[in-house]
Amino acid sequence: MAAWLGWVIESNWTDPFLFAVYSIVKPVSGAAILVIMYGIISQGNFDSAMFPYIYLGNAFYIYVGAVMTGVSWAVVDDREHYKTLKYMYIAPIHIPLYLLGRGVARFITGSIAVFITLAAGILFLNVNINFAEVNWLLFFATLVIGVVMLAMLGLLLAGLTLMTVRHEGFIGEATAGALYIFSGAIFPLNVLPEWLRPIGYFMPTTYWLELLRRSLVGNVAAAFPTLANFSDLQILGVLTGLSLLFGTVSVYVFRWCDSIAREKGLIDRTTNY
Amino acid sequence: MSSPLAIETKDLGRIYKLRGSKKETRKELVALEGVNLTVERGELFGLLGPNGAGKTTLIKILTTLLSPTSGWARVAGADVNAEPESVRPRINMVSGGESSGYGLLTVRENLWMFSQFYGVPSKEANERIEALLEMVGMKDRIHTKSSDLSTGLRQKMNIVRGFLTEPEVLFLDEPTLGLDVGAMRDVRRFILEWLKADRERTLLLTTHYMMEADELCDRVAIINKGKVLACDKPSVLKQRLQKDALFEIEVSPLNGLTQQMMLDQPEVTKAAISETETGAKLSIGLVEESALARVINLFTQKDVKVMNLSKREPTLEDVFVDLVGRSMAEEESNESA
Repeated sequence: MAAWLGWVIESNWTDPFLFAVYSIVKPVSGAAILVIMYGIISQGNFDSAMFPYIYLGNAFYIYVGAVMTGVSWAVVDDREHYKTLKYMYIAPIHIPLYLLGRGVARFITGSIAVFITLAAGILFLNVNINFAEVNWLLFFATLVIGVVMLAMLGLLLAGLTLMTVRHEGFIGEATAGALYIFSGAIFPLNVLPEWLRPIGYFMPTTYWLELLRRSLVGNVAAAFPTLANFSDLQILGVLTGLSLLFGTVSVYVFRWCDSIAREKGLIDRTTNY
Repeated sequence: MSSPLAIETKDLGRIYKLRGSKKETRKELVALEGVNLTVERGELFGLLGPNGAGKTTLIKILTTLLSPTSGWARVAGADVNAEPESVRPRINMVSGGESSGYGLLTVRENLWMFSQFYGVPSKEANERIEALLEMVGMKDRIHTKSSDLSTGLRQKMNIVRGFLTEPEVLFLDEPTLGLDVGAMRDVRRFILEWLKADRERTLLLTTHYMMEADELCDRVAIINKGKVLACDKPSVLKQRLQKDALFEIEVSPLNGLTQQMMLDQPEVTKAAISETETGAKLSIGLVEESALARVINLFTQKDVKVMNLSKREPTLEDVFVDLVGRSMAEEESNESA
């Protein structure tokens, strides 16, 4: 039910033609900006392993913004825009499940954006993915674990959003922005100063993006030293472990935030921002 | 269904901590203090009080949206703070004066979605939706997107949402706020019909419309500044004033005549003043009718002309004035000042 509601909201805000145009133009524009920047900095060296590294990292990073903020944004949407959060709260439903359901729609629209970005890269930008050599099992296993992990991180952010009446809309964006830097999305972690790298090593998104790249274009990932000493299985283990850790923490943080929000009377507090 | 009481509160209190610009300016606002109420199953219970009296805070606690800071409350036999999961399937709530709902969904979709959260079978939900929309006179808008509805119709849709799940206890927070006179009448009629259909249904209604409380409620609690001042049947509350003779007097500008000056007269038991375009309107209570001559004399001394004078039966507004010392409008303007 929540997923259906999310989909109606995500897909019906404009007419179908504009929605289709928006769905294509937005991810392609985002990728184009990155490609142009890369082209200028590398002086047009698109054969370097760095290019698919950046391109794939950027393409899959769309899921981080979509799924994670999709879950937490449902709190802002229902509380501020539709003024229905209090009615959801007094209904006999499991609120975390409802919020996760609302994130499903963003996962679907995010998947469309990822697919379009990848297709544009393969068709027009010489991003070489040899489909015969793709490790599909690893790819789909990683994708599923990652999406679940991002949804649980979204639940954590939803809890914080619940407690934050002002500036709540920026929590998701700020977190997604921070993860963009520390997850090796567009540059390997070893580019960062040594004292900042542990942040990246603690982020499940780092291992998730690495595994996605390895499953699609193994040689590209091998060209960078950050996680080169780890096997696919080891990284999958780390990703699963960190996902379980973050997922458990998210559930407890959400419960705590929920109880604080009830204590402070924040569940139906609106700011008209 | 074991408890005969639909709602029960004991020493219920709520204090809000207000955050100022600096830590040292942090204040506390007592929204509810020592509220003891019992509402029996099948009752239409009214909470009557001015804006800011604590009515909405009480509803929020009873609907599990807000934790109390002291005391306890039970709804349908379950503690709202300790067992919110037991309370929620048995209640619903509608807040008036707001246009909540998903604008992209049609009226039917909005209502159907909420019915599904309560586990109402889809076919039954659709039948109920049609019947309820018929009752509130908006069946022809069933396929209209809720963003295309007027504020009044959107509020009616929300009222239907509250009734749709057939709750044991329904909370209506100012349900007619902002509605035009015709829509208000429709909603009041609808509330009474809904209650009549099942004697086990309980409804708690907050309002600051005296007439509404008087017309609808079996019992009324008058609440002001977080405290329940009186709680009884409207007729019993009004009876306490029957010993007074009540007059409504329209006069020219008051020329310095104050409420206190009138209350200083030994025969005047209560006095409330509201300004009008041409002067003022006074509601006064006298120990006996014959004392009216001395009040008129006071007007003459202040060169205040009487333009209209009528004797009337006591209302809940008079009860409020009797309990608080001011009219509800005065109380609200005093709070907002």
